[in-house]
Amino acid sequence: MNAQDSLFEYLLRLGDNALILGHRLSEWCGHSPALEEDLALSNVALDLIGQTQLWLNLAGEVEGKGRDADKLAYLRDARDFRNVLLVEQPNGDFAVTMARQFYFDAWHYLLLRELTGSKDSRIAEIAAKSLKEVTYHLERSQEWVLRLGDGTEESHRRMQTAIDDLWMYTGELFESDEIDRAMVQEGLGPDLATLHEPWLGLVRSTAEEATLSLPQPGWAQKGGKRGIHSEHLGYILADLQFLQRAYPNATW
Amino acid sequence: MIDSLTRPDPDQIRRWLEDVPDPEVPAVSVMDLGIVRDVQWDSDELVVAITPTYSGCPATSVIAFEIEAALRARGIDRLRIERRLSPPWTTDWVTQEGRRRLEAYGIAPPAENAGGPSPFDRLLRKPLVIACPRCKSENTSRISEFGSTPCKAQYRCDDCLEPFDYFKCI
Repeated sequence: MNAQDSLFEYLLRLGDNALILGHRLSEWCGHSPALEEDLALSNVALDLIGQTQLWLNLAGEVEGKGRDADKLAYLRDARDFRNVLLVEQPNGDFAVTMARQFYFDAWHYLLLRELTGSKDSRIAEIAAKSLKEVTYHLERSQEWVLRLGDGTEESHRRMQTAIDDLWMYTGELFESDEIDRAMVQEGLGPDLATLHEPWLGLVRSTAEEATLSLPQPGWAQKGGKRGIHSEHLGYILADLQFLQRAYPNATW
Repeated sequence: MIDSLTRPDPDQIRRWLEDVPDPEVPAVSVMDLGIVRDVQWDSDELVVAITPTYSGCPATSVIAFEIEAALRARGIDRLRIERRLSPPWTTDWVTQEGRRRLEAYGIAPPAENAGGPSPFDRLLRKPLVIACPRCKSENTSRISEFGSTPCKAQYRCDDCLEPFDYFKCI
């Protein structure tokens, strides 16, 4: 794989993480437990979709085959998506959504912070813009983990279950393959392993404050970055891509 | 036809843009918000650089459209709107006049000095003191980190009981 192909793949990962999580969050629109939460979840979704456009447009530019963010979002099949498995997991109850968000936001924040130092100024610019938004996402999801963990017996039980059930999808966030290593070598992106310690530190201290117990490190489910997804992604794409598939080139 | 003798200078154009309202918060102009980053002539074409407040803000394309319409109405027929991402927009660019207008409109203006400690230094973070735009009381509580648009949070005044938007720092 040459440098251009690696960069394209890497940008797809960044864009697809934002796209799929943004879509998942938008599923809450009109269904949230309270109006404020409906607005907040939709706002976070909107930020992520905005970031998706930036990353995927850049991916299309790097690829040089005339695909823009829309074409990449609407006209690829599941095996061509490069998001981590964590973001495609179903919304579940509110605790599952917030635990998924907290795991992701903490990692996303650390990753973007490193990417602001990328040697590719296009990457650094998008990262700097996104980091400001993700800072708010992280503050909010962390507060919800605390609120629900250290809340009622019922909210504690649900948050503990969510923290446990999603744990096996967090390992993938820190694993590097040849594409990640190529990015490190070119000075374009960070060594993902270096994000693990600060991530774990924040997750652990938050769990403690929330009276939650963190699972032991163990077997991790992975594959999303290479296009091997859980069954959930196909259903997401059926929803997300329906209009463009049924009515090709339809515009707003 | 605009040539180098008759073309309006960028400062004049900036003043015209002070009349272009933000589509979501019409009390303030695009200049008040600090989203117009550059205005200059590229020979006989005017180039206006704008930056999005939030990457997914749907108002960005409407803003570009309104700027274009306003300048065409002033007789500028050749212009290009450029989207600029860097440096990223910060509420520190909201002008003093913009802050005053926001408050008069019922939106608490952003606390100064955007940024602050990262969420990884939670203990260093202090809750912001946001004054009620109606009665000026500082006895207020945050209802939600996010409001009716990406740039706002929801607060409530615990004295006059008015719920209000806070234009949050970024």
